[in-house]
Amino acid sequence: MPDIAVALSGVTVCFAEKRLSFDCTIPEGAAVAVAGPSGAGKSTLFNVIAGFETPATGSVTLLGKDMAGRDPAERPVSIVFQDNNLFAHLSVADNVGLGIDPALRLDAAARQRVFAALARVGLGGHERRLPGPLSGGERQRVALARALVRRRPILLLDEPFAALDPAMRAEMAKLLSELRAETGSTMLFITHQPEDIARLAERVLFLEDGAILLDEPAGDFLSRRAPPSVARFLGRGPV
Amino acid sequence: MIFARAERRALRAAGGIALGFVLAFVGVATAVLLAHADGAGAPLLDAYIWRVARFTLLQATLSTVLSIVLAIPVARALARQRAFPGRVWLLRLSAVPLGLPALVAALGIVEIWGRQGVVNDLLRLAGLSSPVSVYGLTGILIAHVFFNMPLAARLMLAALDRIPAEYWLTAANLGMGGGATFRLIEWPVIRRVIPGIAGLVFMLCAASFTVVLTLGGGPAATTIEVAIYQALRFDFDPPRAVLLAFLQIAVTASLMSLVALLGRPPEEGMTAGRAIRRFDGRRRRLGDALVLVLFTLFTAAPLAATVASGLAADFGRLALDPLLHQALVTSLAISFSSASLSLAIALPIVLVPPLVDAADSGAATRLMARALPTMGSLILLVPPVVVATGWFLVLRPLGETGRFAPAVITVINALMALPFVVRVLEPAYRTHLARTARLALSLGVTGRHRLRWIDLPALKKPFLMAFAFAMALSLGDLGAVAIFGADGFVTLPWLLFSRMASYRTADAAGIALVLGVLCLLLTLPSTAADRRRQGPADA
Repeated sequence: MPDIAVALSGVTVCFAEKRLSFDCTIPEGAAVAVAGPSGAGKSTLFNVIAGFETPATGSVTLLGKDMAGRDPAERPVSIVFQDNNLFAHLSVADNVGLGIDPALRLDAAARQRVFAALARVGLGGHERRLPGPLSGGERQRVALARALVRRRPILLLDEPFAALDPAMRAEMAKLLSELRAETGSTMLFITHQPEDIARLAERVLFLEDGAILLDEPAGDFLSRRAPPSVARFLGRGPV
Repeated sequence: MIFARAERRALRAAGGIALGFVLAFVGVATAVLLAHADGAGAPLLDAYIWRVARFTLLQATLSTVLSIVLAIPVARALARQRAFPGRVWLLRLSAVPLGLPALVAALGIVEIWGRQGVVNDLLRLAGLSSPVSVYGLTGILIAHVFFNMPLAARLMLAALDRIPAEYWLTAANLGMGGGATFRLIEWPVIRRVIPGIAGLVFMLCAASFTVVLTLGGGPAATTIEVAIYQALRFDFDPPRAVLLAFLQIAVTASLMSLVALLGRPPEEGMTAGRAIRRFDGRRRRLGDALVLVLFTLFTAAPLAATVASGLAADFGRLALDPLLHQALVTSLAISFSSASLSLAIALPIVLVPPLVDAADSGAATRLMARALPTMGSLILLVPPVVVATGWFLVLRPLGETGRFAPAVITVINALMALPFVVRVLEPAYRTHLARTARLALSLGVTGRHRLRWIDLPALKKPFLMAFAFAMALSLGDLGAVAIFGADGFVTLPWLLFSRMASYRTADAAGIALVLGVLCLLLTLPSTAADRRRQGPADA
């Protein structure tokens, strides 16, 4: 039985118009898809884990440690967004280097690690370039290289494929599952595509109206025909 | 092809008239200056003139550097602290100096920083004996920073607010400290907008007339513009005034080419994407609060002093002063006509260039489309005091110059407002055209009908904004009036200036309050309207 990577217990977050509550446990090393209609609270769930949102009640435990009062940078978490992951005025290598030292004081060994990480995601030779001219897929791979050098055991991906075309999505998914196998990290990703779940996920958290509606193995989830919101998500009419 | 044939003809005619009018008005003034310059050249290039030129550039440089350096912590604090009570009001306060007549601000600054002011009281309390003197370079710098630092801070804040929200999340996730955040995220953005802001501030300070006239101290602290005024009005030495006028044109011309190289001042654009949340705000709350309190004191104190001493004035007596009535009527009439004229000239400047988008426009149209926007900023090259000097020399042989003063001042004020008016109208019209032009043309709604049903309703807001701003600028202007000021012709700023000069401070404070309130009523709605709403962070 593996250890628990993420444990949310009795977590509630209050906004002006609604109240979200989360309870779940995610084992170490799992690959979890987070799905659900817009406004269900997927990004808020990530914000709670990453420390961008402070819960009103409940506890967030990551790898056995209570996260109360811990800043985002003090948590064992790396996060990758759909877009704007890279500082546009910094070179690709600097953007990755920030994962080693946030003030960008890098020695030769650190620089070597940056180069190796870029080579690992297939961007060797792009170190000096600015992110602007890169394609969307290349930019996301730079962000992954940064997550690689940071070596945080939990990786949150907030719709990492949304800006990519189908061929690139498949390529990224392949890269992600390889990286996960190499690093053994726990990975959560938000997605709107059932095929991403089929490709990458072992488990699925399905959110609706600010709560976790389903938490089950990906295979079970993908063969569901109910409830209606899940059927809609999977592109099936309710039976 | 986004205009009907008749519309194109009318627009070309309007463009021609506007172009001819501005060129003739500035051209006559320059030609007369040239004529007077004959034979009066070299011996006048004396030490005094060089000192004046040097001081002009020195004070402008120092003002620019101070404004920019002080604006950076203010902009950073405002960008970092996104939700505190009164933030909106602080942003509004930072827009106030821009709409305030220089003379009113100078008076407020004297109240605070002058010999009897709060600052010197505090210094004396602290045991310092030698007071800060507000007259001379110090006062000029304080006033220029008062006007331009809030402007610079607003423009920098807008640039910081355009940083993608994900950057701050990533920075927090990576654990960037304050120094690294500044070096790696904020400074690259601020550095990019500094050249544009610096160019703008430098131009404003180099051509600053009223501040230097009221706070400058004698020949040691005089700029070219003030020296022109003194040569003309006190020394009755037109050749010297002419020489100084050309020196001013030479200086502004080189500055303008420099500024053109530096790039345009940045816009105050909208932010896009998700709401910005800063995670480095919590830890810097104390420092930021200190910065913002100091900023508020610096900006609000002169305003508060103006209001306080203004309210202490004997309004009962002032209200019955026939000279004040006359000044008020004259000022309102001049500012209303100059704002109307400014808009009338601005329209072709804004409307004609899109004509060229059509492939079939002739060479004449194309030339006009290029010349018109340049005309719009001609007054930056040939400053108001210089144009006024030219026309003063034109009209002097015809007798009493005061008789022509209202007309000339109206035109000069209209030209002064033109760059701002065009800057408000141009983007609005461009957007409007992109939205409606083809549709209107295909429906056959053209000419008068297009103006009435499509253009005017949609452009009403920028129109009113531009008009109000032009009116406020004219209301507060002292430069052109100072050159022409004569018995029997008074405007509000001129009356205020002469009351200050004759040490009738209570009256001056009352008039300053009236003038300040009038101008702020005109400018505040527009500056408040262009602030985007700062919503709270959402899910």
